[in-house]
Amino acid sequence: MEALLAIVSGILFACSFYLMMRRNLLRFVIGLIILGNAANLLIFTMGRLTRDHPPVIPYGAELPIEPYANPLPQALILTAIVISFGLLVFALVLVFRNYLTTNTLDADTLDAAEPDEPLDVHTETRRLPA
Amino acid sequence: MLWAVLSIFVLAAVAPFIARVTKQATGWVLGLLPLAVFAYFAQQIGPVADGTPIRQVHAWVPSLDLTLSFYLDGLSLLFALLVTGIGTLIVVYAGGYMHGHDQYGRFFSQLLLFMGAMLGLVVADNIIAFFIFFELTSFASYLLIGFYHTDEDNRQAARKALVVTGGGGLALLAGLLLLQQVTGTMEFSEMLALGDTVRAHPYYTGIFVLVILGAFTKSAQFPFHFWLPAAMAGPTPVSAYLHSATMVKAGVFLLARLSPVLGGTDLWLYTLVSFGAFTMVLSAWLGLRYTDLKQILAYTTVMVLGLLTMLLGVGTSAAVKAAMVFILVHALYKGALFMMAGSVDHETGTRDVLELGGLRSEMPYTMAGGLLAALSMAGLPPLFGFIGKEVTYEAALGAGPIGIVVLVASVLANAALLAGALVVGIKPFFGGEGSFTRHPHEAPVSMWLGPGILATLGLAFGLVPSLVDQTILQAATGAVLQSPYEFYLALWHGINAPLIASLVTFAIGFALYVQWARVQPSGFMQALDGFFGRRPAAAFERGLFEMARLSQWTTRRVQDGTFRHYLLTVLSTFVVLVGSSLLLQTNIQWPTEVLGVRYYEAALAGIIVLAALVAVRTHERFIAILALSIGGYAIALLYLLFGAPDLAMTQFTIETLSIIILVIVLLNLPGISGQVSLASRVRDAVVATGVGAIITTIALTVLSTPLDRYVSDYLASRSYTEARGHNIVNVILVDFRALDTMGEIGVLAMAALGVYVLMRMMRQNRDTPEASIESDDKVLTEAEETA
Amino acid sequence: MIYSLILQVATRLLIPLLLVFSVFMLLRGHSHPGGGFVGGLIAGSAFVLYAFSRGVGAARQVLRFEPQTLLGVGLACALGSGILALIQGEAFLTGLWADLYLPGGIHLYLGSTLIFDIGVFLVVIGTVVLMMFSVEERGPAVIPSRRNDTS
Repeated sequence: MEALLAIVSGILFACSFYLMMRRNLLRFVIGLIILGNAANLLIFTMGRLTRDHPPVIPYGAELPIEPYANPLPQALILTAIVISFGLLVFALVLVFRNYLTTNTLDADTLDAAEPDEPLDVHTETRRLPA
Repeated sequence: MLWAVLSIFVLAAVAPFIARVTKQATGWVLGLLPLAVFAYFAQQIGPVADGTPIRQVHAWVPSLDLTLSFYLDGLSLLFALLVTGIGTLIVVYAGGYMHGHDQYGRFFSQLLLFMGAMLGLVVADNIIAFFIFFELTSFASYLLIGFYHTDEDNRQAARKALVVTGGGGLALLAGLLLLQQVTGTMEFSEMLALGDTVRAHPYYTGIFVLVILGAFTKSAQFPFHFWLPAAMAGPTPVSAYLHSATMVKAGVFLLARLSPVLGGTDLWLYTLVSFGAFTMVLSAWLGLRYTDLKQILAYTTVMVLGLLTMLLGVGTSAAVKAAMVFILVHALYKGALFMMAGSVDHETGTRDVLELGGLRSEMPYTMAGGLLAALSMAGLPPLFGFIGKEVTYEAALGAGPIGIVVLVASVLANAALLAGALVVGIKPFFGGEGSFTRHPHEAPVSMWLGPGILATLGLAFGLVPSLVDQTILQAATGAVLQSPYEFYLALWHGINAPLIASLVTFAIGFALYVQWARVQPSGFMQALDGFFGRRPAAAFERGLFEMARLSQWTTRRVQDGTFRHYLLTVLSTFVVLVGSSLLLQTNIQWPTEVLGVRYYEAALAGIIVLAALVAVRTHERFIAILALSIGGYAIALLYLLFGAPDLAMTQFTIETLSIIILVIVLLNLPGISGQVSLASRVRDAVVATGVGAIITTIALTVLSTPLDRYVSDYLASRSYTEARGHNIVNVILVDFRALDTMGEIGVLAMAALGVYVLMRMMRQNRDTPEASIESDDKVLTEAEETA
Repeated sequence: MIYSLILQVATRLLIPLLLVFSVFMLLRGHSHPGGGFVGGLIAGSAFVLYAFSRGVGAARQVLRFEPQTLLGVGLACALGSGILALIQGEAFLTGLWADLYLPGGIHLYLGSTLIFDIGVFLVVIGTVVLMMFSVEERGPAVIPSRRNDTS
């Protein structure tokens, strides 16, 4: 089962990166959501799987009864799920906000952050000493 | 010693404020501290000359085992005295020279920084501290050379100095760290005894090359000699200081300091002697090509640095003695002559020898100092320079087979040096009236005192060498040789080989001086200067320029402003690097100890994959959302099946909330569009698939190794006994790793506030028609509430 | 905007239930599956649902506090539970426990980790609610003109 889930998360990673490389920002956001799921699934699988035995100590006992699921990845993933929700909403709102400003969702037309100057201009004016 | 070094840095910090109060007396006031430090070091001459180096250790970064340790042996002491002694005179001189400049205070601040860095360098014992001071001198000299920063040429000169010496410093750092690896100590004082270990170690050649790079760049040895003549762009007090006692001497100091550790091999001997000798002869003759006082002096400094490198390379007792004597000789006359050149420039407005002349009556004190110093530089008796030259020849004659090269090179270089010295020392003061516009008169006392003192010392040490030979010079030589070495210096040794060599030198030198007017503009000198003087500097600038172009080109290639190309670059790099190393280094195995697959689990996995593929393929945004949430719920079910009810619950709620918010926002956005070419889609698909495959491969490799559940079991076993919780996941979150959780809820709160602010901005930026819709909406909402 | 009557009636029943359930999840979290994150998400969903059925304004009234206040109080709770341990001379965020015997034979076992979990609970509610309200207040009805020519 672990091997199967390793393959599944690999496919999810591939899908998410493909989506994140698309021009439309919405598809980027969708890719981001899948990325979160893929990472969580991968961590979960890496901690090995145990069927039906949550890491809960029964009443009257001091130690959990073997076998029990690995609690550590679960703790990591639990916060990661909530955080990726925060990230999703934030990214979505950024895309939305950007759409209202530029009226486009096309990532290729958004290059205000990397204008052509100043490097190019600099070259022309820089003089090479004799 | 800590206080001696620190106090200068502190003074550097407050110098601008002091300068505002003391005005034209600033030089005199600020000079008091270097003078006090000089006095402190002068008191150490006695104990150090007796052969007991002083070592002081202060904890610096105890956790990294770094100490701020100082080591004062004869070598350090000689340099410390030069740095502070000449430093005092320079500060006083600068008070007169820079008077009236609008950034008077800043100048002193940088000058003192320079002084502190150099002083720290020569007394540092810890190699890291040494390196920091070493780079600090580069940095301070960068500021000082580019002090008149409004001129492009000055900025270029400063940059040249910084890049060459700073770059060499990095090589030095690598060399010092290797040295630390080999010797196991960070302290010079402990390394000195380990020379045999280092020389026998396979790293020796590497260490040697790296250290030599540091020393040669700093001390302007060929082919790095070009930065030093350019560095005269700085104010003259800086040039005087930089050439006589600081900066360029740092490289020589480094060679001297490490010669017990690295010296004595053929590699050391031939490298240092050949580069040193070549630099020496070349620059001595290049100096004759120029008519600018400072330029001539700058080239002669390169010449002396070459001489010192060569002598340290020879490494015999006599050679080391000669090197130490020459360091002192040179510091005295070079400091004096640069200051003299500055005074002449200051009073007449020109430094060109061809335009100067006849200043002897107008500037008698300046002339006296300058002339004395020039005679010492020329190596004429009875000045100290003569002794310096004699001991050099003596060392050359005793250097074995290589000695003849050393001797011939020295004679050739010294002859040119003599001519240059006479040009600098005689031309401005004698002969006919110069062609300058300003009416010259004697410089203020602050500006002739320094050169006067230095030149007088040059005479005094020449007449009475016992003032220095038995004490400081002997201690310095002993420190470099790592064994006590006794010698006496004298003007007259009788008629012997060195004296004959001196006479030959005088003959060639005087001839050159007489013919200087013809030698200087000759075709040979022009060719020499073009090939060795201008070309390396131009090549360096060209290199910098091409480097900038190259980096611009790569930047534009990699960062073209399109986000998906950035991602593509990152991912392809990942695929190529990680993928290749995986293929080359890892045995990929199918994991064996895993759970079997049940049919409903396989179905869930299939649904997850299918949902993701649909999300990739579809251009209908709502189908994409639907696919996403189906996939998410399927993952939640998987969590539930494999003993993670907490995760399942969280994932379920999050999926629901995500759908809601996606739908709300997407309703306001246009559909998915923006086609790209098939080729780029295929390319992206290949890269993405590659990343997925690599991740799967890594995961499978990890799965085929046994899992260490030590941390998990540790936490599980203490969950109830120490944290009184049955749900181990929750205990980890709120107790064991509560600090992480706290960070995470902090992030959540930040994200929420970010969303809030972004949406608020929108509402405030909204234009009027939309605002009216918003108010309608509000009215409706309020109506609902009242209903 | 017109809100569905069925939804309004249903939420009137659902919301108290959800809120009680969320507190239940929070409190059982230390011993059973549940905890501050899950509880907070459920409670947040309840308010989101309420906003759906009756508008954000109404949901804000029910919530009483500004969502930002919840964030602040939540973080303060989490921090406070850590500082409590500092006051006791323990390391920051060490769990502290007190046995309380109340009249009537009730035995309460109170830990500072519960305060921490309440902090998590409040921050998660605040996050969900603040995000949803922010987005919804800029919701579908706001720019209908743009929707027409782009979808």
